[in-house]
Amino acid sequence: MRYLPHSDHERAEMLGVIGATHIDELFSAVPSSALNSFDLGLPAHSPEFLVEAHMKALAGQNHAGADGPFFVGAGAYRHHVPATVDHLIQRSEFLTAYTPYQPEISQGTLQMLFEFQTQVAKLTGMDVANASLYDGSTGTAEAVLMARRLTKRNKIVLSGGLHPHYRDVVKAYLKDDADLECLSASPEGQGDILDHIDEQTAAIVVQTPDFYGHLRNIKKAADAAHAKGALLIVVITEVVSLGLLEAPGALGADIVVAEGQSIGNALNFGGPYLGLLATRKEFIRQMPGRICGETVDAEGQRGFVLTLSTREQHIRREKATSNICTNSGLCALAFSIHMALLGEAGFTRLARLNHANACKLADALAAVPGVEVLNKTFFNEMTIRTSKPAAALIEALAKRGILGGVPVSRLEPTDASVNNLIVLAATELTTETDIAALCAALTEELA
Amino acid sequence: MSMNNQGRPTGTGTSGFASTSGSSLLPNEPLLFEIGDTEHSGVDLPDAEISNDRLGGFERKMPLDLAGLTEPEAMRHYVRLSRLNHSIDSGMYPLGSCTMKHNPRLNEKMARLPGFADIHPLQPVSTVQGALKLMNELSHWLMTLTNTSAVALTPKAGAHGELLGMMAIKAAQEAAGQAHRTIVLVPESAHGTNPATAAFLGYSVKSIPARADGTVDVQAVKDALSPEVAAIMLTNPNTCGLFEPQVIEIAKAVHDAGAFFYCDGANFNAIMGVVRPGDLGIDAMHINLHKTFSTPHGGGGPGAGPVVLSAALAPFAPVPFVRKGADGLELVEHNEGEALGRITAFQGQMGMYVRALTYMLSHGGDGLAQAAQDAVLNANYIKARLGHVFSVPFPDYPTMHEALFDDSFLAGTGVTTLDFAKALIDEGFHPMTMYFPLVVHGAMLIEPTESESKQTLDRFCDVMEELALDAKAGNATRFTAAPLYAPRRRLDETRAARSPILKWERPVETLKAAE
Repeated sequence: MRYLPHSDHERAEMLGVIGATHIDELFSAVPSSALNSFDLGLPAHSPEFLVEAHMKALAGQNHAGADGPFFVGAGAYRHHVPATVDHLIQRSEFLTAYTPYQPEISQGTLQMLFEFQTQVAKLTGMDVANASLYDGSTGTAEAVLMARRLTKRNKIVLSGGLHPHYRDVVKAYLKDDADLECLSASPEGQGDILDHIDEQTAAIVVQTPDFYGHLRNIKKAADAAHAKGALLIVVITEVVSLGLLEAPGALGADIVVAEGQSIGNALNFGGPYLGLLATRKEFIRQMPGRICGETVDAEGQRGFVLTLSTREQHIRREKATSNICTNSGLCALAFSIHMALLGEAGFTRLARLNHANACKLADALAAVPGVEVLNKTFFNEMTIRTSKPAAALIEALAKRGILGGVPVSRLEPTDASVNNLIVLAATELTTETDIAALCAALTEELA
Repeated sequence: MSMNNQGRPTGTGTSGFASTSGSSLLPNEPLLFEIGDTEHSGVDLPDAEISNDRLGGFERKMPLDLAGLTEPEAMRHYVRLSRLNHSIDSGMYPLGSCTMKHNPRLNEKMARLPGFADIHPLQPVSTVQGALKLMNELSHWLMTLTNTSAVALTPKAGAHGELLGMMAIKAAQEAAGQAHRTIVLVPESAHGTNPATAAFLGYSVKSIPARADGTVDVQAVKDALSPEVAAIMLTNPNTCGLFEPQVIEIAKAVHDAGAFFYCDGANFNAIMGVVRPGDLGIDAMHINLHKTFSTPHGGGGPGAGPVVLSAALAPFAPVPFVRKGADGLELVEHNEGEALGRITAFQGQMGMYVRALTYMLSHGGDGLAQAAQDAVLNANYIKARLGHVFSVPFPDYPTMHEALFDDSFLAGTGVTTLDFAKALIDEGFHPMTMYFPLVVHGAMLIEPTESESKQTLDRFCDVMEELALDAKAGNATRFTAAPLYAPRRRLDETRAARSPILKWERPVETLKAAE
C-alpha cells in the first residue's frame, strides 16, 4: 500500500510506546457488536497501472468535447484553458494547502484571493467581492437570502429567463415559501418581471444574458426595483460576456452573482465550479462566504488575512449569515490566473471572438429550413425553434457525433410549449467547419 | 530596507519590485495589478471581425482596468506566490478535524482525462455512460463502507451536505405529518456548521453538554428528547477525538422518540472499513471527500460532501441521481414523489468523485481499513509521546484520529496557545487546530493522519516537547515574537476587520499623474 508509510515492525514498536498489544485496543470505545463485524466485499488494493486502466476505460465510454462539433452551453461553457493555468494550480503549495487559517504561512493563497476579489469587483463593476462560493446556482440562493436580510422583506421574484436549475436551487433553499414567485419561462424574451415588484419585494432576480441567450436591460430593472425599495440581483452564467457587455454594477445592480467556470476551469461534468458574488460596500457584513482583507504584520509589511469572520458559522454558530464553511479556492486560483493571463486586452478579445462565432452560428442556423432563431440579441448563446421535437433531434445529432445543444424540455419537462426549443452556444473553440457540420446534419434530420 | 530583530532584511512592504525582502527564496511579491498592464496579455487570440453585432446597445462603455501578465510574468508571479504557502507536500500539517493527508498525483492525472474533464453536464446521457458508471461505483463504495441504503452525491462541501441531510429529515417528517418537530439537539462540542445548518432550516437549537470525559451522555439526550425534537446532530468520532461509546443507545433513544439521527461524518477517516455508521443507527451522514478520500483542498476548496441515507430517508434524496434504466444508466433530473428537488445546478463535484474513487481503488477495502487504523495509531502515538508534558483533558478513552491537549501546561508562563502555535511555525510545522473544540479551554487538536511516517511523528514530538519545556523554563519571547522565520510576522487581524480593505485600488498619485 504505497500511501501508507509504516512497516509492520514500526506499527508494533508504536503500539509498544502506547502500551497496547493490538490495534483493536485503540478502538475499545467502539461497541463490540459494531467493530470489524462485517465483510466489506470490496476489491483489495490495486497497483497504479490497474487503477489507471480502470479509470481510462470509464473515461473512454464518454464523448468528450474535443471528439466532435460541440454546441452545449446552458450554464457551463467549453473554453480553452491555457496550459500555464493547469500547470500553476498543480503547484504543491497551492494544490495541497488547506484553508489559510495561519496567515503568516498562507500568504500565497491569501494574496491570490485578494487579487481574485479585485478582478471580480472590476469585472462586475461592484465595490466588493467575496473569495468565491460553491457555484453560481447556490450563490444565487445565498444572494436571495442576503437580500432578505438587507431589506427585512420577504418577497422574491425570479425572472422567467433565470436558468431553470438555479430557480430549482432557490426553491429547494426556500422550501414551500409562499413569498417566492417564479415567473414562467420566457424563451421569446418577452417576459416582464418589472410588473411584479411591490412594496413587499426584497429583490428581483434577473439573468443576463438569460437562459435563452437574450440580453436584458439591467438599468431599467434596477430603476424599477429601487423605485419600490427592492434590490436587483443580477445573475450571469457566462462570465466571458462581461468582456463586451456593460458591467451590472455600472447599471445599478445591488448584488451580482456569476458562475466563474468559463475562466480557467474545465467542464468537469458539472463541477467543481465556482460562484462569484459581488455587492456594494455598505452590504459587506451581510455578504456570505469567505472574504480576504489587507492588513499589516508586526513589522508594518503588507499582508493578507481572512477577515470579517464574525459573520461566519464557526463564530456565530446558529446566528451565522449562512452555513457555508468553505470556498472554491483552487477554482478561484484557476480563474484568477487565467484572468491575469488574459488581462483587459485579452479578455475583451476573447469576448469579441465568442460573439463573432455566435453571430456566424446564428446566421448559419437561420438559413436551415425548419429552424427559427428566436434571439434578436445574444452574446454567445441563442435559442432555436425546430420543426421537430428537440430531444429526439439532439439524440439523432449525437449519433452523428455532434453535440448540438440542450433541448429546453430537459430542464422544463412540464412545459409542453418548449418541446421544440434548443439552446446552443458558440465559444472561441467553435470553428466554421463545426457550424457547417451542424447545419448540414440539421438540414438532413429536419427534411 | 530595514532589518528585523533577527538581523533578517525586510522590505518596506508597500509595492513594487523594490520591496523584495532581500532573499530570493522569500519573495515579497507585488500584487499582479502592480506588475501587470492592461495591454499585456499571456494569451494569443485571433482578431474577430464583427460586421453586425447582436449586443442590442448593451455593450461596455467603461474600460475594465484589468491588469494582464505575459506568460513569463505570470509564471514568476504565481510561482513566487506559491512559495509563501505551507502545504502538505512541503511539511506536516497536523490540523485537527481538517485532516490534511497526502494527495496522490494519480488522482489528479485521472481527473484530467478528457473523458471526465471535458464532458458537459447537459450533453446527452447516452454520451456520458462512463461518467454515470463512475458515479454509481463511487456510490457503491460509500454505501458499502457505511452500510446505508442510498447516497446523495451532489452536495458541494461538508456543510452543504449537512444542509441536505437535514433537509431530507425535515421533508420526511413533513411527509409523515410531523411538522411540529421544531427542535434539533446539538452537542456543544459540535462543529459550528451543525447549529448553523439547523438554524438555517428554521429549527431551534438545543445544546447538549459534554460529560467530564468528553463524550455525550445518553441520559442527557434522553432528558432533552420530546415530541418536538426533530433530530440530533452528533459528530462521531467526535471533535475531542473520541468515539462516542454510547452511540448505539443514543440512536435507539432518538429513534424511540420519533426523531432522526444525523451524524456529522467529518471524521469518518478514523473508522472507514473498521466501523460502519449504519450499524450504529445513523439516518444520514455526510462524508467530506477531501478529508477522508484525499481529494485536494487547494487553499480552501473545492470540497465535496456526499450524504449517505438510511432506508427511511432514501425517498427524499435530491435530484439528480443515477439509476439503472432500460438502455443502460439514466440520470434522474426531476422530482418524483417526495424528493427534495435540486440543491445545486448539475451533477455535483464530478472532478472530486474521480479523485475519491481513484483513491478508493488504489487502497482497496483492505487498504482503507489499514489507513483508518494507521491514522488512529499515529494519533495515539502522539498522545503517548507527549502525554507527560502536555495536559490531556480526556484520558479515559483511547483517542481516535486526533490527539487533544489543553493549554494548562502554559499556566504562568506568559505564553498563550496562539503564541505556542506560532512558535511551531518557526520549527517548520503547520500549527495544530487551536481553541477548538470549545468544550476544552485552550484546546490544541493534533491530527497527524495515516500518511505521516514514524520518523516525522518523532521529529514533531521532539519539537513539541522541546517547545513546551522552553515555555515552562520562562523563555517567553521565543513564543510571543513568533513567527520570526515565516514570510510574514504576526498579522493584525483586528485592523483588517475594523477598516476592511477588500480589493486593490490604484494609488491616488498614479491617478493624478495620469490626468
